[in-house]
Amino acid sequence: MAGHSNYVPQSAPAKWLESRLPVISLVRGSFVDFPTPKNLNYWWTFGGILFFVLIAQIITGIVLVMHYTPSTTAAFNSVEHIMRDVNFGWMLRYLHANGASMFFIAVYIHIFRGLYYGSYKAPREISWILGVIIFLIMMGTAFMGYVLPWGQMSFWGATVITNLFSAIPLVGEEIRTWLWGGFAVDNPTLNRFFSLHYLLPFMIFGVVILHVWAFHTTGNNNPTGVQPKTKQDTVPFHPYYTIKDLFAIIVFMILFAWFVFYVPNYMGHPDNYIEANPLVTPAHIVPEWYFLPFYAILRAIPDKLGGVVAMFGAIAVLFVLPWLDTSKVRSGAYRPLFKQFFWIFAANAVALGYLGAMPAEGTYVLLARVCTAYYFAHFLIILPMLGFLEKPRPLPASISEAVLKGGAGKPAGATAAPDTK
Amino acid sequence: MSTMIKMVRSFAAVAAVAIATPAFAAGNAPHIERQQWSFSGPFGFYDRGQLQRGFKVYREVCSSCHGLKQVAFRNLADEGGPSFTEEQAKQIASEYTVEDGPNDDGDMYERPGILADKFPSPFPNEQAARASNGGAYPPDFSLLAKARAGHRGFPWFVFDAFTQYQEQGPDYIYALLTSYPEENPQCLGEDFSGYFNPAFLGGSVTAEACAHENLTGGPIGMAPPLSDELVEYTDGTPMTVDQYAHDVAAFMMWAAEPHLEERKKIGFRVMVFLIVFAGLLYFTKKKLWRNVEH
Amino acid sequence: MAHTDQAEPTRRDFLYIATGAMGVVGAGALAWPFIDQMNPDASALALASIEVDISAVEEGQSITVKWRGKPVFIRNRTETEVEEAKAVPVADLPDPLARNSNLPADAEASDANRGVEGNEKWLVQVGICTHLGCVPIGSSGDFGGWFCPCHGSHYDTAGRIRKGPAPENLLIPPLEFVSDSTIKIG
Repeated sequence: MAGHSNYVPQSAPAKWLESRLPVISLVRGSFVDFPTPKNLNYWWTFGGILFFVLIAQIITGIVLVMHYTPSTTAAFNSVEHIMRDVNFGWMLRYLHANGASMFFIAVYIHIFRGLYYGSYKAPREISWILGVIIFLIMMGTAFMGYVLPWGQMSFWGATVITNLFSAIPLVGEEIRTWLWGGFAVDNPTLNRFFSLHYLLPFMIFGVVILHVWAFHTTGNNNPTGVQPKTKQDTVPFHPYYTIKDLFAIIVFMILFAWFVFYVPNYMGHPDNYIEANPLVTPAHIVPEWYFLPFYAILRAIPDKLGGVVAMFGAIAVLFVLPWLDTSKVRSGAYRPLFKQFFWIFAANAVALGYLGAMPAEGTYVLLARVCTAYYFAHFLIILPMLGFLEKPRPLPASISEAVLKGGAGKPAGATAAPDTK
Repeated sequence: MSTMIKMVRSFAAVAAVAIATPAFAAGNAPHIERQQWSFSGPFGFYDRGQLQRGFKVYREVCSSCHGLKQVAFRNLADEGGPSFTEEQAKQIASEYTVEDGPNDDGDMYERPGILADKFPSPFPNEQAARASNGGAYPPDFSLLAKARAGHRGFPWFVFDAFTQYQEQGPDYIYALLTSYPEENPQCLGEDFSGYFNPAFLGGSVTAEACAHENLTGGPIGMAPPLSDELVEYTDGTPMTVDQYAHDVAAFMMWAAEPHLEERKKIGFRVMVFLIVFAGLLYFTKKKLWRNVEH
Repeated sequence: MAHTDQAEPTRRDFLYIATGAMGVVGAGALAWPFIDQMNPDASALALASIEVDISAVEEGQSITVKWRGKPVFIRNRTETEVEEAKAVPVADLPDPLARNSNLPADAEASDANRGVEGNEKWLVQVGICTHLGCVPIGSSGDFGGWFCPCHGSHYDTAGRIRKGPAPENLLIPPLEFVSDSTIKIG
């Protein structure tokens, strides 16, 4: 990371520090002088946006913990105490609750950007895999965080998801009991979820550093997918991308603020304003929106173990994606067929999300099965075959050439339409 | 290859149609009519008079069965609420009896309420409440306006994020209070002695005779609580069920979301700030990038 | 980033200055809710006064009650204790101020200003040593009043600091007699 800095300490204290802990040159090499492809479009700002949301979640979370009480008898009321009595408590809680949704909006865009531009392909496999790990920890963190207010959806969501583990052959029941610390979701469960919900974001932070380290070693991908060749192809990260990312973050904050201040309960479920009651299940249990596609996959399989396997498989397949895509061309901008399948895949993912919110009956189940099959087919059949069947468009010699011609440097939506012939 | 694409395309089209249709045939979910509220939209605020009237309805009609346990008497004098004076709030508090203790003898005792107290619940626990109400549990009012919402199918729920529709709760409460029919549906039979409400989300009609009637809602434990002239209004507001229902629903929205006004006011400032800041950053970014072909 | 060699800022500089200033203002405004949330919340501020029945407290006895999370000593003082306290000239006291919430801040620490007005044998004070917050022990110390075991502060029978590291007399909370047998604190 530090290798990209030509920083030479000038002052005596800086020299003293540099010879003992080269932290200044590390930061300069990573976030100031770091040579970044000059053609990154706005889809690339979501990395910075995600970092901002992660920090925002950690800060609002730490502050909420100052007022929250993790106990089945006190949790619900302590959240109401935050909402009613704590100074700006309503704002802090709405920031944190909606922040989770913002985190997933940004991460899904980030993932789909990686899918479109082939950011998972060699030599960035490790960066991609670390990203999938971050995504997994995020899901765990969000799930456990949703349990903490101890509303009806908290309780029954926790019950349903922990019951997934009972599908594991032979030891499933024991694992579930171990997760619960009892014979149902109860006080021990709430307390351990609270503990882990506090821990996991810091693990995310750690993996984020590795994630950045990995793609700073290989260099950023870019919309052409062509590696930078000369100095003409890159600009220093600061001030070019610091200002661009900051602009994008502020625009993203407008969306964030819209939800926090005007529709703070839009993303939530009304039932979570009813205190948890272990004796009454709500009529329709739905997870938070960001889990819906996976929930649809879970319910599409008419077998307990099969459903759980399919759901985890839907994420597991992402780990091997770098080796499933056989195309020699990295960026989807130069892959006319892939581009179309990419958008079908995206539409399929949205459809799965919709189906996850619908009751598991009739046509919905059938559609969920079709969409689930297509989800896996995309990764396991279409992507491996496309590499052999597709005739990619000619690649530019360099980023600079692509920029001068116009075209691939533009955002995906702009090029997708005219290029499909 | 191209046939494969065509297949996939037609599949996508079929899927899109198939997904869109069932949402409109969504069974017997009650249709909840949208109401006009002073507190909706980006500049929404509570109507003080309405909250005070709603509180009166709550106190004189609802409070014998429904608690308000998250709300403290001091909140009645809070900014952005019903805006009673502190003296009025103290007076109201003192008219309630609150259990306190233990005293030096180890006994609990009763005393008049003070501002710091929360509204005492009418029943000591859920079991007692059910026992007194024929098995039905009258829910606490503190959060009810946020804990109830009518079904919003596709595509309405998408629009709701942009139109800032967050008043499903009060809309539902109003609908429930004003939807009691004159007579119970015939198909429920002579033996049915309870109450029926076509807006009720928490019940469904199980009687087989009703299978073809396409009824929404279902039997409800609560008798029609409101009638015209039931609560005395001194400010000239019409004393009708319709008005009572609006007022008590607005009061319940405040009880559930007491910082709504503050939230929307701060929100507007935040929005203005962010948009101006984003504009400045955009031009700064353009300046910085002006010499780079990208 | 706003530095320039020219005397007049150019348009570009103005843009940078405006953007930077806006950022600083925004960061400042954003910080406030995170700071203010640690201040006492509405429910803590609303913790109202308490009323204490003192009819059972005989002369020479004390009771301790909790007010705003702190101990409050209520003592029915004996004649001797009152006389002892009165005999001390205010000039000899380490802290010459009464520290009585019911009196002006500059009231002197005479016994009359320490006891309950019109009922001087009653002494009501917050039982928190003014040194570092321990709870002093009653009827002990060199002056027959209170003694703080943490760092050895001695208070007299009017709760005034006489010896040791504590800087101030024990605080007297806002109080009034609601009836002959009931004190309202706070």
